[in-house]
Formats: sequence, structure tokens, C-alpha cells
Amino acid sequence: MIGTIKGLTNNQLEDIGCQIILGNTYHLALRPGADLIDDLGGLHKFMNWKRALLTDSGGFQMVSLLHLADITEKGVTFQSPVDGKPMLLTPEESIQIQNKIGADIIMALDDVVKTTTTGPRVEEAMYRTLRWIDRCIAAHQKPDVQNLFGIVQGGLDPVLRDICARGLVERNLAGYAIGGLLGGEDKDSFWRVVAQCAAALPENKPRYVMGVGYPLDIVVCSALGADMYDCVYPTRTARFGTALVPEGVLKLKHKVMASDERPIDPTCSCMVCKNYTRAYIHCLVTKDAMGSQLLSYHNLSYMMRLSRDLHMSIVEGCFPQFVQGFLRAQFPKGDVPKWVCNAMEVAGIDISACCVLHPSSQN
Amino acid sequence: MRFVVTKACGGGGRARAGALYVGSCPTPIETPALLLFTKKGLPTFISRDLLASLPSPDSRLLHVSPLHFLECPLPRTISNIGGLHQMLGLHECIFVAAPRDSIESLPESEGTNKLGPSFETPCGRRLVKPKEYMEMISSLKPNLWASLADEVPAWVSEKRNKTSVDRTLHWLDDCLALDPAGGANILGAIVGGSSIEERKRCATKVAMQNVSGFWIGGFGLGESMEERPALLNSVMDSLPEKKLRQISGLSLPEEVLQGVAAGIDLFESTYIYHLTLGGFALTFPLDIVERDIMHSQLSDTGSDCTKINLRATIYRKDTTPIVENCSCFTCQNHTRAYINHLLNVHEMLAQILLEIHNTHHYLAFFHSIREAIKGGKFDLFHRRFIDGRRAHVTSAVPCS
Repeated sequence: MIGTIKGLTNNQLEDIGCQIILGNTYHLALRPGADLIDDLGGLHKFMNWKRALLTDSGGFQMVSLLHLADITEKGVTFQSPVDGKPMLLTPEESIQIQNKIGADIIMALDDVVKTTTTGPRVEEAMYRTLRWIDRCIAAHQKPDVQNLFGIVQGGLDPVLRDICARGLVERNLAGYAIGGLLGGEDKDSFWRVVAQCAAALPENKPRYVMGVGYPLDIVVCSALGADMYDCVYPTRTARFGTALVPEGVLKLKHKVMASDERPIDPTCSCMVCKNYTRAYIHCLVTKDAMGSQLLSYHNLSYMMRLSRDLHMSIVEGCFPQFVQGFLRAQFPKGDVPKWVCNAMEVAGIDISACCVLHPSSQN
Repeated sequence: MRFVVTKACGGGGRARAGALYVGSCPTPIETPALLLFTKKGLPTFISRDLLASLPSPDSRLLHVSPLHFLECPLPRTISNIGGLHQMLGLHECIFVAAPRDSIESLPESEGTNKLGPSFETPCGRRLVKPKEYMEMISSLKPNLWASLADEVPAWVSEKRNKTSVDRTLHWLDDCLALDPAGGANILGAIVGGSSIEERKRCATKVAMQNVSGFWIGGFGLGESMEERPALLNSVMDSLPEKKLRQISGLSLPEEVLQGVAAGIDLFESTYIYHLTLGGFALTFPLDIVERDIMHSQLSDTGSDCTKINLRATIYRKDTTPIVENCSCFTCQNHTRAYINHLLNVHEMLAQILLEIHNTHHYLAFFHSIREAIKGGKFDLFHRRFIDGRRAHVTSAVPCS
């Protein structure tokens, strides 16, 4: 976020059970600026958020948003979006900015490449990420209050991923992220990287899969041992009139919603589902600010509920049953995607009861 | 519904305090009161849980335009759901329905004909006939509603103005005939443009009907502030003291005070909406009778001590709330610096926070008005407020 979650107030976020918010270092450093945030006492104070905050390194946005971004050993060079001047984000500067913003968890600057990249660039990026983590550690001024997470890179290459994971683990960091995914790879490649990295990372530290995601992806990654996620999907899809429901998605813009007197999700107990019908939300979406506000509220409530349900089912020892129920709701005909079946098999979760068996026996 | 005048100003003044008992709102609404502008029944940015943090019952009085539902949901669907209160989950709120809202449903007098008034809406120009209107009203089930009016701008010909009165009276008859409640919740619409005679004629005729109160339209459509008091008085003189009077088109504080001085009880206003969209926050002092604000100074931000523009860069590091000691959610939780940032990055939270504060502040203004009336000091309040607003304009500016 850029100092706010799309249209929700802090107390609404607390009401739905939000424990931690991600702040975009790139955007915050541009506006209002890291020094201003620092002068005013840090991001918690600036936005009056009493719970946890996490900032990313700023690197990803630069590479994806900016013209002529380039990565060298020094850091990420890019054109300033304000005046076009050449600028450089080094690991040291990323950490310095994040120190000023003051989040509870901060991310190391990594050399991230798209998973569709092939060749020596992938290996170069992985080793550079390891060199940069040392520079980040050295530059970190507040290790006692801000927890530095490293990010595992290595593309889709299991050998590179393994080297990177072990390298980071040697540095004994507060937590570890699995990065560089969701850049166009197929789902089978995606889950395999998550599975491998999770297995290589220590049991007693958080594992954060960056950029994930869709509810299904979160359930699969959780089965594989991941703990933390971030995604713009719930609020972004809300602005297009789409609600997240156990069955998948509900497109409130559709004409058929105009006379549907049910709540968005009868099983949801959020403020929106307790008070409004699909018909009323339908007349708001894409036309009135309140429409996207209410849908964002519901979608975030849905994600919080999903997290809570995952957590409780693990604590209570009925995680497999939860997964089965989740898949049955999303795939009532049993057409669970093959990649999900493959992943659950490796995760040791039996979902045969909710799958129509796939005809081929490909691995 | 029941309305009682609890305090008449006396001494030749027409301002009065009253109490409105309506709907399932547990406490009466004290008047003069503000109707909050809504889009499709909800405030533009304030969701129900945040609305609950605003003072009650002041913030439970909402203006809704039935024309917001021209496209959807259908009247049948709204009826199935159970009407406005059910559809919006606002069971304790009081909804007053009137077609004109000055933002999205603008009277389009050139499109109006004998069959019904015409409005410019987001769905295009629409003519609303009494039968269609009553269908909407019976499905929405507002607590109070205004009959249809032919509102014309101040500059139309005498003939056109006279026609507008004839049509408005006719449509009142139509609405009454189609109303199963026989007028129990109806506010008879009164027009007449800038003609004192026509205003009087319309008001007199409507007063003879079996209506619960009056909806005064046709203001804020080109008449000057100077000519308004005489027009208002000519209407009020023809109306029974004891019945409720609501007006449309008097949005600004100065205009509201004009209306209160004439004896109006309820005000539709879009002031908060415009302020909020512009990034403005109300800051004018509310303790007008107590303090002497003649010596307020023009600040160097270009603000006029009535409101601040939170987009201004001077607020970048201002860690104070919009108004010190304001008890609204925004001032209790956030700073000017934060709202300035939100405006800069185009985040909707800015408008949410601003609408909350502005609503709180404007409702407090109405509260001060009521206190002044009850204390017999409304004229003083009125004069001091107006003089205070002009003080910064008339104070000497040093020449360079």
C-alpha cells in the first residue's frame, strides 16, 4: 500500500482481523518521501497503524514500472519518474530508506529475474542476491526493532534455488522469502519451486511467498509449508466489480445480479454480507465509490477469513479436511487442476475424495 | 410522523426550533436540521460502520433521490428486499425522498412538460411521471417524500413560471390520489420562481391540501441571495406554523442561515459533497455567539478561516488534526499531513476521512443554530456569523 489500504480505515482493517500491512517502499519514497516519514516518527505513526508493517525493498517496482531500469553490481539504475534523471538504488540505500520508514519487517534488495528468463543471467542474479544480502545486513541500522528478511532467487533451476536458500540460511536471518515467482511460469513449475524452497528453509522461521495471490495458490503454498503472502488481487479485483467467494469469484456487474436478493456470500459474516444484497451492490459497482469500497471490504474479509481458517485447521489437526472442503467448493465437478493434485501429493494431503481422477498418469 | 414546534424565536423573528418524530429512530430529530446527501441511499464515502461514529440522531437523517434507482434495482426487487431501510441496512435512519439532488438529478425545465418533470441524470435526460414516481416511492418506502415539482430557473418568463405552479399543484393531486397512505408522509411541493405572487399562490393552494409538511423548491436556480428573503417570507406567510418545512437548494452556511431566519426546518445541502471532492475541510469556529471573531486574521495559506485546502503543501508535515479538539473519527485518528499525502497519491481514504470530518462539522453548525434559537439569540448568531465571514475580506491589506 501507499500509506493506506484501498478505501479502508485502520479500524475497519482491525475489525476484519488484519494483522500486518505491506508498504510499497518505492511509492512511499516518492511520496511523501522517506525523510518526511522519518521526521514524523515513522510509518506507523504517520498512518496511525498500531499493528505490524512490512516494507519491500523497492527493487521490484523499479524493474517492473520504470523505463530503462538496469541492474548492475552496484544496484538498480533507473530513470527518476519525477525528472528523468539517472538514479541508483543500492542495497545500502534500500535498507536506509526502509530504516526511515520503520516497518517491523524489511526486505533485502534482491536481483530478481523473471522465471521465463533463461541462460547465465539467472545464475548471475542468484549470486548477486547473496552478495547483496551481506551489504544489506551491513547497512541495517535497526536490527533490534526491524526484522530483515532475505529473498531466495534462482529462477526455476533447483540447483540455483538450493544454493541461494542455503546461502541465506547461513546468514541466520529473521525470516526468508521465496521470490521471483509469478512472472509467467506455468503452475507446475511454480509449486515445485515453492516446495523445494520451503523444504530448504528452517522450520522455526517465517517463509514468505511474495506476490501470492489467488486463494487457491495460498492454500497450495500453505500445504507446502509457506506462512506469509502478499497480493493486490483482492482490492484490485474489487475495483472491477468482482467479489471473492468460496466458489471462486462472483462478477457483480453481470445483469443477473440486478435482481439477486442474496448477500454476496451467505457464509460470510462481514459487514457487507450482513447488510447488503447482490442486487444493491450491483447497482453501485463501477459507478459509485461506495461500490468499490464495499467490495474491497468484503474481499479483504474473505482473505482474512481464509487465513484464519487455514491457521485454525492446522492447529486443530484438520487441515486436510479443510483443503478438501475448499477444493470441493471451488471445483464442485471435481475438476481440480492437475498442478494442484500434484502439489497436494507432494505435500502429503489426500484430496482424492474431491478430484475426478485425471486420465493421464504424467508426473 | 409527528412534528412539533418547540420554540418560536419571537420578537418578529421567524426562526423556530422543533422536534420531528418519525420512523424507528428512537430519539426525535431536533430542527433546524441537515439532511445528508446520499448516492443511492448511502453517503458518498462513509460506510455504515463509520456513519455510526457520527453524532446520533443528527447523522441519521438522509436525503435520497428516487431517481438514483432509475436503472437498478427495479422497483419489484426493491420491494422484495423490503424497501430502503432494509436494502441499505439502515433501519434506524430516516429517509426523506425528493427527486432533485443538485448533483446527479438536476431539474431540466426545458424537457419538462405537462406529463411530468424532467431531470438530467447520469442515465441521460429522464421525464418522471407521477405514476412512475409513486411506484418508486411505494417500493422504496421512505419515511417522508416530496411530491413532484416543476422547478424553473429564476429567469424564465412569467407565463412559464405560472405554468410551473399549475403543473406542480396538479402533480400533487396526482401523487395524493396514488398514495395509499393518503398524504400521511407527503411533503407538498411549492414552487413559484422569483415571483412573489406565484410563490404565494402556490403555497396557499398546497397549504389547503392534506399534507404532513411542505417541500420548498425552485431555489438555488438563479435567484440572488438578496431577493431570496422576500420570496421565502411570502411562502412562509402562507403556510401553517405547525407543519414541517423542508427546502432544497440552500447549501452554504450563509444560505442555511437565510432559510432558518425565514422559518425553514429541514435543509438538503450538497456543501459537504463539494468540499470533500475539492480536498477541503471545514474549520470555521462554532462558538459564534461566545467569541468575538471580528479580529480573525487572513492567514497566508489563502484559506479564509472557514475551511482549509488539504492539498496545499504547507500541510505536508502538519501533524495536527484538522480541527483541534474535534471529536470526529478523522480528527481523533489522523493528521493533516496524512490526509495531504492521501490526496497527493489519489487515495479514496482521503475523501472518506474528509467527508466524515465535514459532516461532523456541518452537523455541529446546525447544532449551534439550534442552541442559538433555544437561547433566543439566533439573530445575534446570524449577524455575527455573516460579519465574521466577511471580516477577512474587509480587513486592511498592507500595500507593498
